[in-house]
Amino acid sequence: MALVLTEEQSMIRDSAAGLLSEKATVAQLRELRDSNDELGFSKPVWQEMVDMGWAGITIPEEFGGSGFGYVGLGLILEQAGRNLSASPLQSTVLTGATLLAQLATREQQQTLFPAVAQGKTLLALALQEGPHHAPENSTLSAYLERDNYILSGRKRMVLDAHVANQFIVIARTAGSAGDESGLSAFLVDAESDGISVQRRSMVDSRNSGSLLLDKVKVPAANLLGDAGEAWDGLTRALDIVNIGLAAEMLGLSCEAFERTVSYLQERQQFGQLIGSFQGLQHRAAQMFVELELARSIVLQSLQAIDAESDSLSRLASAAKARLCEVAELISNEAIQMHGGIGMTDEHEIGFFIKRARMAQHCFGDYNYHVDRFALLSGF
Amino acid sequence: MSDIEEFRQETRDWLENNCPESMRTPPAGVMDHYFGGRNPEMRHPDEKVWCDRMSEKGWTAPGWPREYGGGGLSKEECKVLSAEMQRLGARKPLVGMGVSMLGPALLKYGSEAQRMEHLPRICRGEIRWCQGYSEPNAGSDLASLQTRAEDQGDHYAINGQKIWTSSADKSDWIFCLVRTDNTGTKHDGISFVLIDMDQPGVTTKPIRLISGASPFCETFLDNARAEKHNLVGEAGKGWSVAKYLLTHEREMVADFLVPPTGKSLGETAIDVMGGDGSGRLVNGVLRHKLARYELDRLAFEATTGRIGDEVKAGQGLGPASSVVKYFGTELNKRRQELLLAVFGEEALGWEGEMYQEGRIPRDWLRSKGNSIEGGTSEVQLNIIAKRVLNLPQA
Repeated sequence: MALVLTEEQSMIRDSAAGLLSEKATVAQLRELRDSNDELGFSKPVWQEMVDMGWAGITIPEEFGGSGFGYVGLGLILEQAGRNLSASPLQSTVLTGATLLAQLATREQQQTLFPAVAQGKTLLALALQEGPHHAPENSTLSAYLERDNYILSGRKRMVLDAHVANQFIVIARTAGSAGDESGLSAFLVDAESDGISVQRRSMVDSRNSGSLLLDKVKVPAANLLGDAGEAWDGLTRALDIVNIGLAAEMLGLSCEAFERTVSYLQERQQFGQLIGSFQGLQHRAAQMFVELELARSIVLQSLQAIDAESDSLSRLASAAKARLCEVAELISNEAIQMHGGIGMTDEHEIGFFIKRARMAQHCFGDYNYHVDRFALLSGF
Repeated sequence: MSDIEEFRQETRDWLENNCPESMRTPPAGVMDHYFGGRNPEMRHPDEKVWCDRMSEKGWTAPGWPREYGGGGLSKEECKVLSAEMQRLGARKPLVGMGVSMLGPALLKYGSEAQRMEHLPRICRGEIRWCQGYSEPNAGSDLASLQTRAEDQGDHYAINGQKIWTSSADKSDWIFCLVRTDNTGTKHDGISFVLIDMDQPGVTTKPIRLISGASPFCETFLDNARAEKHNLVGEAGKGWSVAKYLLTHEREMVADFLVPPTGKSLGETAIDVMGGDGSGRLVNGVLRHKLARYELDRLAFEATTGRIGDEVKAGQGLGPASSVVKYFGTELNKRRQELLLAVFGEEALGWEGEMYQEGRIPRDWLRSKGNSIEGGTSEVQLNIIAKRVLNLPQA
C-alpha cells in the first residue's frame, strides 16, 4: 500500500483539524481543569464529534458506524494531539470500540455498537492492577454462579471511569497471575451494585479512576467472547490502542515543535534572534528529522491495522517505542528552548509535556515496548 | 492479462534466459560491480556479457528515453524490472557516476547534441565517469572552489586541483565544477564542464584511507583542455546543476544502506552470543542498542518508502534528501559499530581468511566517511534549519 493519504483521508484530517482547533483547544482544556469540570470534557463538542461520525469511525456500517477504519481514526487522534483536545475519543472510540470489535461476539456487537456509534454509550477499560502495564498479571477474580459471574477485586488507571456507562473489565476466570490463558473480558454496567469508583485527576488534567468491585453480579451474557480466551483479542486491541496513542503523540509533538520553532524565530537575546544560533538550529533540525521518521512509522502502522496484518504486534511496539522517545525529546526541548516562560503555568507549552508523559506511559512505556519489540524480532 | 503483467512475464522469462549464473550471486561490496569504461576492470568475464545483453535492451538505464540508449520504460515498468531482477538475485549490470549522476544531469540540463554524444556511450558502459567537485580548500564550503577555466575561443584551459574524486584513476571522463568568472558572488561564475581525462593535462593520484582502500583520488588539472561544446548549461550557471546532482546523490544513499543479508542485526547477535531462557540476548545493554538500531532502521525504511510514494503522488520532494542523507549515514555508522560489538575483539583482524580479510573493520572505518562525503551531517542540519524551518541566518 502506498504510504500516502487518499483524498478521503485528507478530507477527514482537514475536517478534524478544523473542528478541534476551533472548539477543543488547549485553552478549553485549561478551563476544564481550572473549573474542576464534572465531566472533564465539553458535552456539546463531543456531540459535534459524534455528529461528524467519529464515534463510529471504526465500526462497520451494518452496526451503525462508517467503517472508515483506523487510518481515519489515527488522523483524528493526531489532530486531537495537536490541540490536546479533551474528549472520550481515547476511552470510548480508540479503546472501547476496538475491544468490542476484537472480543465481542457478532450478536453482542449488534447490540452494543449502535449506541457507541451514536455517542450514547461511554466505555472504559478496566485492566491495570499494578503501577506498570502488565496485562498477564491480572488477578481480579470472576467465577460463575448460576446465570451470573461474580467479580471481585481492584482496578486502577481506568481512563474516564467517572463518566463511563459501561466498563470492560479484564478478569481472571482460571489460572494465576502471569498466565496468558484464563483471562476473560466482561461488560459491566457502571450502575451495578458493588462497584465503587474513585476519580483521580492526572498530571495531564484528564481523569483516571480506581475501581473497587465487591462481589459484583454480571449476567453471563455479558462475557465478551469465550471464558478464559480473552488474551489474543486483548493483545490485538492493545496493539491498536498503542498505535492510536502513537498517532496522538505524533500530533502533540508536531505542535510543540512548531510552537518552539516559532519562538526561536521571534525571541531576541544578545541582540539577535535566538534561532540564528547554530547550537539551537541543529537541535531543531534533528527534531525535524525525528518527526519525519515518526510520521512514516505511524502511517505504516495505521495502514497495517486496516490491512489486518499478522505482524501487528512488532510494528505496534516499534511505533509506540519510537513515538515515546520523540515525544519525550520534543516536549523536553520545547520547555528548554522556551526558557523561563516555558516553566510558567500561564504559557501553553507546559500542557504538552504533561500530556506527552501520560500518553507515553499508557499501556506500556518506551522500556516496555523496546523489550517487547526485541523479543518479537527474535532477540 | 494486463499490460503490466504481460511485461512482468516477458521480463521474467528474458532475465531467466539471459542473466549468467555467475551474475546471480550477491556482490561482495559496493565496489564489486561492473563499472565499464575504456579499460574495464573485471573479476569475471560474465560481467561484460551481462552488461552488453542488458544494454542492448536499454536496461542499463531502463527509465531513459530510447533515443539515448535507455529502455524507455515507464516508472511502473522500471519497478517491475527491478523487482524481477531482485527475485532472480541478479546484479546490476552497470553502475557508476555515468548512469547514476551525469545521465540525469544531462537529461535535465544538457543540450540535444550533448545527450546524443554522451548518453548512449554511458548506457553501453563504454565510458566510465568520475565527479570533480571538492577541492583541498573547498569541502563543505563547496562554492568557494578555485579551479579556473579560461576562455580560449574554441575551448577552455583549466587549471586547479580536485580532491575526493571517486575512482578518478580508473575513469575516462570527469564532470567538473570550475570557475569561469571571479567577479560576482561565490555561487555565480561556477560552470559545469565535461573533460576527457585522456590528455597530458590531467593526472590522478589515489588517496589511501584509514580503511586501507583507495576509492578516492586527487586530480590535477594542468592546462587541461575542454571543448566549448562540453560546457553543460550556461557559463556561470553551473551551481544549479551541482545542487540538483547533490540532491540526487543524497537520495541514493538509501540504496546502499539496505543490509546485505536477510538476517537482522539482533538475530545475528543471538546466533553469535546466545540468548537466555526467555529468548533475550545475553547482554542486556547491547540488546537495547540493537533494538534501538532495528527500530530506527524500520522507521528509516518506512520513510524512504513514504518519500518515494509522495513523489509518485506528485507531492514535492522538499527537505527529504537532507533527512535521508543525515539519518541514513548516521544509522549506517551505528550499524558498523554494533557489528564490532556483536562479533567481538577477534573480528578486528585486519588480514587473514577468518572474517573475510578484515571486512568488518574495513567496512567500519569506511563508514566514518558516510557522514562527511556528499555534504556532512552538519551541513544537512544547516540545510534543514535554514531552508525548511526558516530559522534566521547568524
